[in-house]
Amino acid sequence: MAEEKKLLNVTSNPHVRDKITTQDIMLLVILGLMPATIFGVYNFGFYALAVCVVTVVSAVFWEFLWDKLMHKPVSIFDGSAALTGLLLALNMPPRIELWVCVLGSFFAIIVVKMLFGGLGQNFMNPALGARCFLLISFAGRMANFAYESVSGATPLSALKNGQVVDNFAMVVGNEMGTIGETSVIAIVLGACFLMLFGIIDLRIPGTYILTFTIFWIIFGGHGADPYYLTAQLAGGGLMLGAFFMATDYVTSPITTPGKIIYGVILGILTGVFRVFSSGAEGVSYAIIISNLLVPLIERAAPLKCFGYVEPKKGGNA
Amino acid sequence: MKPNTPIERLFNGIVKENPTLVIILGMCPTLAVTTSAMNGIGMGLSTTAVLALANLFISLLRKIIPDEVRIPAFIVVIASFVTMVDMLMDAYTPDLYKQLGIYIPLIVVNCIIFGRAEAYASKNGPIESLFDGIGMGLGFTCSITVIGFIREFIGAGSVFGHQIGNLPDYMPSIFVMAPGAFMVLATLIVIRANIINHIEAKKGCRLPVEHTDEPGAQCSGCAFIGSCAGKFAKYEAEFKEGKKS
Repeated sequence: MAEEKKLLNVTSNPHVRDKITTQDIMLLVILGLMPATIFGVYNFGFYALAVCVVTVVSAVFWEFLWDKLMHKPVSIFDGSAALTGLLLALNMPPRIELWVCVLGSFFAIIVVKMLFGGLGQNFMNPALGARCFLLISFAGRMANFAYESVSGATPLSALKNGQVVDNFAMVVGNEMGTIGETSVIAIVLGACFLMLFGIIDLRIPGTYILTFTIFWIIFGGHGADPYYLTAQLAGGGLMLGAFFMATDYVTSPITTPGKIIYGVILGILTGVFRVFSSGAEGVSYAIIISNLLVPLIERAAPLKCFGYVEPKKGGNA
Repeated sequence: MKPNTPIERLFNGIVKENPTLVIILGMCPTLAVTTSAMNGIGMGLSTTAVLALANLFISLLRKIIPDEVRIPAFIVVIASFVTMVDMLMDAYTPDLYKQLGIYIPLIVVNCIIFGRAEAYASKNGPIESLFDGIGMGLGFTCSITVIGFIREFIGAGSVFGHQIGNLPDYMPSIFVMAPGAFMVLATLIVIRANIINHIEAKKGCRLPVEHTDEPGAQCSGCAFIGSCAGKFAKYEAEFKEGKKS
């Protein structure tokens, strides 16, 4: 045993070292989410800010508590817990009670992330896992959307019930929904910022949105009618999910073919949930189901070793 | 404790080789009917009755049953007791019977009953087998009642069917659905293993398994073989080093 402890675990070469650290990436993603957060606070009032602050602080607190109880080095300064908390907060309806936020961040951090080994080991996106946990547990509270003290259906469910929706408001974000998902403009602004820094690229969001569009045109029942198409693309959590949730490094494939397969699966699943299910929205379920498929996708599209040459066919290998 | 005495069998079934938390058998009723503590007790006690009687009769018949057709013979014995329990429950506890539904007839194919018939009753005398069945059944009853209690309390905010104020409003109802069963079961397995490991570590043996020096004699069937620090692991290390040199 003593002999084994001396061995270092080293992956195969090359060992490229980059200046950018986990902390930097998390900080940049949090900055990228700021336009959506600020717009959410502007849109829904200061209670939305309270929801964000409580969720972020409690997420960091749970991670700190777990590290202390398990006698592990405190890992809250890499910013991943704060990012998870912020993503979860952006997925909350604006009038949610604060204890639900604390419970949600407990599930995200302790159950989905730390029980499976902490950052890098979680099998699904912690924020979305917690959102689905809350959606199933508190269906009434999580569907209680209110905008300018009028509660009602989200644009997507209104559309599903055959009501008229305002496409322009959906793009700008002056409508009902969760705190961070309403404004397409703010989300795309943040995503462009991240793409500029090379944190995310278009492979996953691009194939995701493209596949969903094609799926909607074929199965949606309204063809390529731009009114329904823009409403579907701008409504619900599609944009937030595609740019900020599906691109999570831990729970998405590494290779380019893998990312494309992943995006296609995401698009098809979202389409299936939105078109054929009784609910109007399915982005969060689509993403966590695809997260579970990632190990299989990586087997289908494995990482090519540096310097690896395909063996010739028919050779005496 | 002397092996194969009634007390030892009861202790073995409830603590040492608890069918749900250690051998991980009978998962179907464990996950499906434990939405409340009452369901757990009902399911557990009916399984215990079948388990004890089936063990007793299979042990009595063990010299008559030919080895080649033992499985069909076991099924006949078990199925007759399950039919009796099924009819009795239908007659005397109709509410519980409705709650448990298909899971009562399904006791026939419960792994615990088959496992004990095959592994214990067909090799040991009737008295030990009877107590083995009771012990295993009570172990099963205890663990699924605890799972049911926890799920009912966290998921529905009630204790044995009595709601506590307006607590149900604030409880995550996911725990009375399927995912909750997995979460509670996994947590209990971890807690139980942790406690037993602590106790055994104090005694000197890390795991609740008796090790033999013979490789593969008892250890090969052991669930802890991967993490075992007992004699088998030591033997294996010696064996490997011997092979190298």
